[in-house]
Amino acid sequence: MKAHLTRRYVIAASHRLHSDQLSEAENRLTYGKCNNPYGHGHNYAVEVTVSGQVSPSTGMICNLAEIDECFRREIMERFDHQNLNTRPEFADCVPTTENLAAVIFDILKREFRAAHLEKVRIEETQNNSFEYCGDAEQLQ
Amino acid sequence: MIYLTRRCEFSASHYYHNPAFTAEENQRVFGKCANLNGHGHNYTLEVTVKGEVDSTTGFVLDLKQLKDVLSDEVVEAMDHRHLNKEVPEFANRIPTAENLAIAIWNRLKVKLKSAQLHRVRVYEMAELFVDYYGEE
Repeated sequence: MKAHLTRRYVIAASHRLHSDQLSEAENRLTYGKCNNPYGHGHNYAVEVTVSGQVSPSTGMICNLAEIDECFRREIMERFDHQNLNTRPEFADCVPTTENLAAVIFDILKREFRAAHLEKVRIEETQNNSFEYCGDAEQLQ
Repeated sequence: MIYLTRRCEFSASHYYHNPAFTAEENQRVFGKCANLNGHGHNYTLEVTVKGEVDSTTGFVLDLKQLKDVLSDEVVEAMDHRHLNKEVPEFANRIPTAENLAIAIWNRLKVKLKSAQLHRVRVYEMAELFVDYYGEE
C-alpha cells in the first residue's frame, strides 16, 4: 500500500530579489520592494512530501527521524538564519521562492534515499506558496 | 469533476510496538513512540471525495451522509479511544499515521455510495500529515 507523508519545517532567512541581467530600473519595476538593496526576510515554512509502500513490520513509509536528520543536515545547515543571496546555490539564480523550492528539491532528491521525494512546497508568507515536483514529475 | 473536502477531529492514544522485534529493535526503530504506556494526539482528518455535480441538487454528494459516515466510522470508533486496544484494525498492525489513513480509507470506501473517495489526509500534528489515495 502506497501512501504519501508530509513533514513541515521552518527556515528563517533573508533575501533580495535582483537580477544582474536587468537594469536598475527594470529590477525595481520587476521586483518592487523585494528589490530593496538591503534585503528582507521571511519565515519560510517548507513542506516535504515523500511517498512509498507502507512497511508491514513498521507501519511506516520511512523513519521520520531520517527525514528530520537529512533536512537538518542538508537544508537547515545551509539556509537557516542565512542571507540566501550569499549562498553558492544562488550564485547564478535569483533567490525567489520558486528557485528556493527547486534548490531544496534537488538537494533532497540527491541526499534522501529512504523514500521517493514527491514534492517540496514552501509558504513564503501566509498568502504565497510555491510547489516544485521536479522537472519530470506531475502534481497529483 | 468537483472535489469536496470535509474535515473532522478526534483525539486518541497509541504506541508503536512490533512483537516480532526485540525490545532494543522496538526502541531503535520507534524511539519514544515505543513507550508501552502510550501517548496521544489531536488528529485532524480531511476526507476528499470527487464526482460530477448533480443537476437537480447541485451536490457532489449529500454532505449529511458524509457527516454521518465520518461520525459513525471515525469519531465514534476512534475519538477518545486507544487505537491499539480499541480499534480492531490495529490489533495486529501498528497505528502509525500511514496505517490510520489506510484504515480510515477502507472504512469509508465501503460506506460512501454516491461519490468516489479521492483522498484521506490524516494530520497527526500540524507539522506532519499523511495522504492515502487508495491502491495506486
